[in-house]
Amino acid sequence: MAGSETLAAETPAAPDTVKILIAGGFGVGKTTLVGSVSEIAPLRTEEPLSVAGLGIDDLAGIEQKRATTVAMDFGRITISDELVLYLFGTPGQQRFWFMWNDLAVGALGAVVLIDVRRPESSFAAVDFFERRRIPFVVAVNGFDGRHPYPPDEIRESLALPEHVPVVLCDARRRESSRDVLITLLDLLIASAVE
Amino acid sequence: MSDSDAAARLVRPFALTGGRTRPSRADFTLITTVTAVDPPPERAPRPQPEQARILRRCARPLAVAELAALLDLPVSVVVIMLSDLLEAGLITAHPPRPVSPRTPDLDLLQKVREGLGRL
Repeated sequence: MAGSETLAAETPAAPDTVKILIAGGFGVGKTTLVGSVSEIAPLRTEEPLSVAGLGIDDLAGIEQKRATTVAMDFGRITISDELVLYLFGTPGQQRFWFMWNDLAVGALGAVVLIDVRRPESSFAAVDFFERRRIPFVVAVNGFDGRHPYPPDEIRESLALPEHVPVVLCDARRRESSRDVLITLLDLLIASAVE
Repeated sequence: MSDSDAAARLVRPFALTGGRTRPSRADFTLITTVTAVDPPPERAPRPQPEQARILRRCARPLAVAELAALLDLPVSVVVIMLSDLLEAGLITAHPPRPVSPRTPDLDLLQKVREGLGRL
């Protein structure tokens, strides 16, 4: 038998990995955005709530079927042989946010996706990242590609500080979703250079 | 000679688990990359069927979240099995690139930015 050192060299080296979170209210289009820009169809992991650590009292009022797991969708973008970017769509319902703390650790930053018809459903996500000082951009997902409100109006209604970029997007379109991620990276690079 | 071999056997799991002698669930994040050790160490215990499934999936490096999705198992369950496999020396675990908001890694950010630009 050959030495393990020579054979081990044949296994490709593991790439470095980084992640970006895609957050926002329930049904805002997070998985759509992940899917449009990911090189793989979005994958889903489901976690039983008992394992995830939800108190039994919190289960009151949730349908039994729904109460069993928290689902999270994610995608992948291979940057190079040495670097892979993962996009994690965070669970939308507020009651599952205890999962976010784990998710948020080690993230480059976040995209808060907003449904132009009900922006209030993403208020809590904005608040979450502001409190934890995790850099984020706000992306307004138009309904059927339409954008009735200019970015400044959205910024005002969300009371967003000047340094948080607000961009309009169509989460169904690959280039549009890519541009949202590029806006986030430009923000991160600008604050790194400062 | 035999002394240094013994030392190497002691150092290896020590290095893999960041200073602890036993791996724990904390060694595996969603984007920790795991790879089956090929060939498996001579003294490694024979893997259970579920473990063998994991080893087949991670013949090439694979992130924990992807592994869980492909196996259709909760991440928490996969992580427990990975801990056993790591302890048995049957896999290696590659931690995610560390990200600190206070000391941003400009080179890393630019690489990601360029990669997105190529999409």
